Amino acid sequence: MAIDIKMPALSPTMEEGTLAKWLVKEGDTVKSGDIMAEIETDKATMEFEAVDEGTVAKILVAEGTDGVKVGTVIMQLAGEGEEAGEATKDDSPAAQAAADEKKPDTVEDSAHPAQEKVDTGARQLFDAAANKAEVTDPAIPAGTEMVKVTVREALRDAMAEEMRADERVFVMGEEVAQYQGAYKVTQGLLDEFGDKRVIDTPITEYGFAGIGAGAAMGGLKPIVEFMTFNFAMQAIDHIINSAAKTNYMSGGQMRCPIVFRGPNGAASRVGAQHSQNYGPWYASVPGLIVIAPYDAADAKGLLKAAIRSADPVVFLENELLYGRSFEVPKLDDWVLPIGKARIMREGSDVTLVSYSIGVGLALEAAETLAGEGIEAEVIDLRTLRPLDKQTVLTSLAKTNRLVVVEEGWPTCSIASEITAIVMEEGFDDLDAPVLRVTNEDVPLPYAANLEKLALISADKIVKTVRKIV
Amino acid sequence: MAKAPARTPAPAADPQKTNRERPTDPRPYEASKEELLKFYEDMLLIRRFEEKAGQLYGLGLIGGFCHLYIGQEAVAVGLQSALTEADSVITGYRDHGHMLLCGIPPKDVMAELTGRAAGISKGKGGSMHMFSVEHKFYGGHGIVGAQVSLGAGLAFSHKYTNDGGVCLAYFGDGAANQGQVYESFNMAELWKLPIIFVIENNQYAMGTSVNRASSEDQLYRRGESFRIPGLQIDGMDVLAARGAAEEALAWVRAGKGPIILEMKTYRYRGHSMSDPAKYRSRDEVQAVRDKSDPIEHVKKLLTEGHGAKEEDFKAIEQRIRKQVAEAADFAESTPEPDPAELYTDVLVEKY
Repeated sequence: MAIDIKMPALSPTMEEGTLAKWLVKEGDTVKSGDIMAEIETDKATMEFEAVDEGTVAKILVAEGTDGVKVGTVIMQLAGEGEEAGEATKDDSPAAQAAADEKKPDTVEDSAHPAQEKVDTGARQLFDAAANKAEVTDPAIPAGTEMVKVTVREALRDAMAEEMRADERVFVMGEEVAQYQGAYKVTQGLLDEFGDKRVIDTPITEYGFAGIGAGAAMGGLKPIVEFMTFNFAMQAIDHIINSAAKTNYMSGGQMRCPIVFRGPNGAASRVGAQHSQNYGPWYASVPGLIVIAPYDAADAKGLLKAAIRSADPVVFLENELLYGRSFEVPKLDDWVLPIGKARIMREGSDVTLVSYSIGVGLALEAAETLAGEGIEAEVIDLRTLRPLDKQTVLTSLAKTNRLVVVEEGWPTCSIASEITAIVMEEGFDDLDAPVLRVTNEDVPLPYAANLEKLALISADKIVKTVRKIV
Repeated sequence: MAKAPARTPAPAADPQKTNRERPTDPRPYEASKEELLKFYEDMLLIRRFEEKAGQLYGLGLIGGFCHLYIGQEAVAVGLQSALTEADSVITGYRDHGHMLLCGIPPKDVMAELTGRAAGISKGKGGSMHMFSVEHKFYGGHGIVGAQVSLGAGLAFSHKYTNDGGVCLAYFGDGAANQGQVYESFNMAELWKLPIIFVIENNQYAMGTSVNRASSEDQLYRRGESFRIPGLQIDGMDVLAARGAAEEALAWVRAGKGPIILEMKTYRYRGHSMSDPAKYRSRDEVQAVRDKSDPIEHVKKLLTEGHGAKEEDFKAIEQRIRKQVAEAADFAESTPEPDPAELYTDVLVEKY
């Protein structure tokens, strides 16, 4: 009986990959542990090992093929005593089941239309992150050429450009150099800038956050990468007590120009300890700048601004967004102002305020609402501290209704803060209570169905908007 | 939990057999009369300054936490007398003495203690949070152990910019048990950072004696598993401290990486002004004062070896008292910060 060998998922967020190279050919025998192929994921080139023994019956996807979806049958392996040729016309139940497994992406299930494509909570976030701004960022000069760039590359380019421009800028963190970044964000930096400026650290967040802060006090401009912000809790003392407060405590004479950056928020099925949004935590601290971009243009323009800032910056990225491509202006020096929100979509009936990956869902919800005749204005806060209140209040004055969308817990959240600001400064413009769409108030569960229930979705946003419009 | 009592203390200068290169045991510094006089004057300035700060605290002019350096003067005076202008200093919250030795005017420090606009931090830092980038004094940190990682960062910047500087990072026997200290030891040795880790072992972390809190109470050995050599030094002897500084600086400047100096010292006062110090007897304190006072020690050296007379010391005493009195008068009379200062210096830039 032939065995179907499928394109493997080699990371929590891998959707598809490149079949870079076959290391076996048809007719070869393989045994468990043999390396059969090299597969490029969005993060790295991985070796794909055989689990079963047999003879390579047929290679179904040629090497060099891009965009091979996870689960696609890429080869068939004939078991002992089988003719290699038999495998291709295998109708066995196993082969049929394997073929069916590929289908849920495309098959309509009329009984459960909401299930379409969406397997997990992270998946719905990820899919929504394909939504682009409808309104061009006014910061982009008219006629500027736009190029498609992933968020990951945009972040890397921002660092590389600033490192070229300023000798004091360096990057340190776990796996940032030789490994090219745990999430490949620092790819290529070691080659260009060498190990003096791209520094692998031991797994000691508290220590290297302190060393980074001390280096900044000593006159350098460190970029400290946390593999994720979940691990930055080990280091939060230095971010807050050392970096954020020193300028004030020294009467303005001792600065700490440092960027703490890394992925923040829920990833995909990584459970409670690896899925948390720290935006509200850091945004509550005077002395910090907190930035959480959505698309690639903002990631680049704001990271460059963060590196140039004389203040300590917490730069919250999102793992699910790293592989997403967006248009980035092709300019020699694309730098955005810190503290300015952006209108992503114009509308007159309700204002949706969000940031980071929530923006994608807000845009998706706005599309759905438009189909019902409700025009939603979508605001991406971009910077969480200082918060651009004015953009929010101006939009509210136009729409008179406001919903905050946040991939994070509800209690003491950015949503709470926006709600308070609107009560204090926009009360007369309100025709309905401010509502918020946030994650459920629980640690993020692992089970796919529970994770989905816990996270925000476009559907939840639409339902919430319908309550007040 | 009480420490197991059955241990025998290890000999102080255990060479810890190894093939690795080790610093040689430092010799006491051979000071000229002028240098001894300078040590005497510097130590006396710290002592009188701290006594005055204690007084002002009692009068309610200084608030919050105030940690005095009385008794430990020889450590900072001995070590910092060996520094050059390229070197940086960082410490915890018992920081007044180190600041004075960095050349920061006493009145700027005292005015910070009283929370005045003319203070070194414009009155916004207070006793535990004082800095002077100009004098390469980087704090003044209130979180126990934070200055060790930050100090390693300063050393990183010395190395990165190749400015020839060494960071002198002070911390206490209490901080020596903090996790980040060991994270920093590891990276400092791994990257051969130019830093001297100075453990000011004054025997008590607040009210907890070293042997109640430390499984290895010979703190100079705490770097061994990171290959950082350590020396245990008599921190009540300014010449021993200076001698240790010479050896440590030579080691670090030669590119051999960090070194630990455990300075055995003693604070005469409580942990802070609000500490009744019930964890030790008055006799214990008095015995140290009588036998090991660092200032009396130098006074004796000057008298017996260099023919200094009582009137020489009186003249110094008068000069110091005048300087400290002026600083205190200034700190009491100079105005508080303008209310508008509440909102300044939160961020450097405007957004």
